[in-house]
Amino acid sequence: MIVTVPTPAGMRNAPSPPADEDLELLLLIRHFELTLLRLFEAGELSGTTHTCLGQEYIPVALKPLLQADDHVFSNHRGHGHFLARHAEPYGLLAEIMGREGALCAGVGGSQHIYHRRFLSTGVQGESLPVAVGVALTLKGSGALACAYIGDGTWGEGSVYEALNMAQLWRVPLLVVVENNGIAQSTPTSAQMSGDIAARAAAFDVLHHRMTSTEVDEIRAELAPLVAVVRGDGRPLVAEFVTHRLGPHSKGDDTRPPEEIARAGDHDWYARYARMFPDPFDRLDRERRELVERIAAEVTARPPSVWERR
Amino acid sequence: MTRVSEHLNQALHDLMEADPRVHVLGEDVSDPYGGAFKVTRGLSTRFGDRVRSTPLSEGALTGVGAGLALAGDRAVVEIMFADFAALAFDQLVNFAAKSTSMYGRPVPIPLVVRCPSGGNRGYGPTHSQSPQKHFIGVPGLSLFEMTPFHDAGELFARMFALGQPCLFFEDKVLYTRRMYSGGVVDDLFRYELAGGVARVFLDGVTEPDCTLIAHGGMTHRALAAMRELLLEEDLACELLVPARLHPLPGLPGLERARHVCVVEDGSEGGTWGAEVARLLYPRLWSTLRRPIGLISAADSVIPAAPHLEREVLVQPGRIRHTIVEALS
Repeated sequence: MIVTVPTPAGMRNAPSPPADEDLELLLLIRHFELTLLRLFEAGELSGTTHTCLGQEYIPVALKPLLQADDHVFSNHRGHGHFLARHAEPYGLLAEIMGREGALCAGVGGSQHIYHRRFLSTGVQGESLPVAVGVALTLKGSGALACAYIGDGTWGEGSVYEALNMAQLWRVPLLVVVENNGIAQSTPTSAQMSGDIAARAAAFDVLHHRMTSTEVDEIRAELAPLVAVVRGDGRPLVAEFVTHRLGPHSKGDDTRPPEEIARAGDHDWYARYARMFPDPFDRLDRERRELVERIAAEVTARPPSVWERR
Repeated sequence: MTRVSEHLNQALHDLMEADPRVHVLGEDVSDPYGGAFKVTRGLSTRFGDRVRSTPLSEGALTGVGAGLALAGDRAVVEIMFADFAALAFDQLVNFAAKSTSMYGRPVPIPLVVRCPSGGNRGYGPTHSQSPQKHFIGVPGLSLFEMTPFHDAGELFARMFALGQPCLFFEDKVLYTRRMYSGGVVDDLFRYELAGGVARVFLDGVTEPDCTLIAHGGMTHRALAAMRELLLEEDLACELLVPARLHPLPGLPGLERARHVCVVEDGSEGGTWGAEVARLLYPRLWSTLRRPIGLISAADSVIPAAPHLEREVLVQPGRIRHTIVEALS
């Protein structure tokens, strides 16, 4: 079943190059994820991991819209969310590899990280009620709780319980939906009746859908809405129509090649490489080499130590 | 005379007054209703937004409590009937309990989930269960139960001090009974509190024929059996009632008993009693004269009709009969 929409003509060309700082972060996340897949193939990583290839621009776009005192809740596909929040790639990789300097002593691994108001956990939809509880304590402070979920997460009842409470109690909750059209292997069209907008509307929750993959456009669209979340203390569902370029975890992509190629047409990486070779090529090389150094350094570290209570 | 429900209500008032970080959440907990069992009566009038009647969403309201706790506040969540705690299993087990340790360092989650439990009120299969056993052995999750001996305020303080989510069971029949005070249960029995465990004993008896171990909601049925055993069978029993069910605290004095028996209202199979026995066997192996007795409710749903419900749940006559048989 075809799940990926063709790229609209207007999106094939970026209006202007992203700021170097944004491009650097996009590239850091891209090379971090590619490096994880490479380390897996080399047998250097255990367990599982979920990469955000193609979706990196979402947390990068949100980065300046979030404040230091906001809380961020992430999910199984959270490396990009983390790196856009905290510039600590060494600690993140050490956590994923179970090495010294790990953010959570290697106990949590790829999908269970709690570090400086960033918390990820691996059960779909579980974080939303928790985010409502945290947001209750933030009411009136100007800070918010931001929770990333996917399109598949909308199958969980906890999403609706939480949205209901968030709107009833007017809490500053920003729900970021990364709607990549596929839940593990199941197309969204085969697992979601209706759509996200109507579901948000049913709870009288503000909803905004974005198709742009340009960080500046996204920020311009979203900034006034995020200000409403902070100022009025009410939840917002910000839905990103996005595309997962890689497998759900590793090597488990059952989409036909033409389908994956269509997802690839939306990729910011290819677009920027083509349109802005300067500074893209230089920054791309720098970030790739940086991640290679991080991987070499972290791989050489001794195992993490868990000091249990 | 203070009823257990009134005592719990006062403890919650004191808790909220003493600590502005404490929130109370649950279905119908606000005034004028004050909770299905009136344990939260008056709280919303006094403490405003810190008390929230919630939608019928046990999973999310437990998650909200965990979120408040994660952010540095403290939450008391009421699940209207303990049976419904099943709806909060994910938030309790996969989030609240795991989060205290899965991030590689202790993360405090001061969350108390109150669960009115138990039968003998004719509420039928979905409103009468004692589901303690389903939550035993979850790393990071503690189980407590209200008893007529323990001060509820001290129990709340203990549970919050753990920095871990705690299930706090409150037997619905116990709500209507009085709190004991002054070390006196009745004309026959005395009690003392030591190490978080209430010990009910007969004055002058140092080597009881049987020591019963029970959770708070079983107290009165155990006492009724102990009275009959003494007066009609000439058997002297002690009763130990720990407020913390899991992990189990040290239980005093068991080496002197001729027989040890655990009594509970959960259904047979995979029980709290079996866990208590597992912990006691290594310690008591050299002094035990017979296997530790396990008395639990039948392997059955709990019927609504009173005559059927009585047969399924543990009654004093069954405790008496089982102990007489073991000691004969």
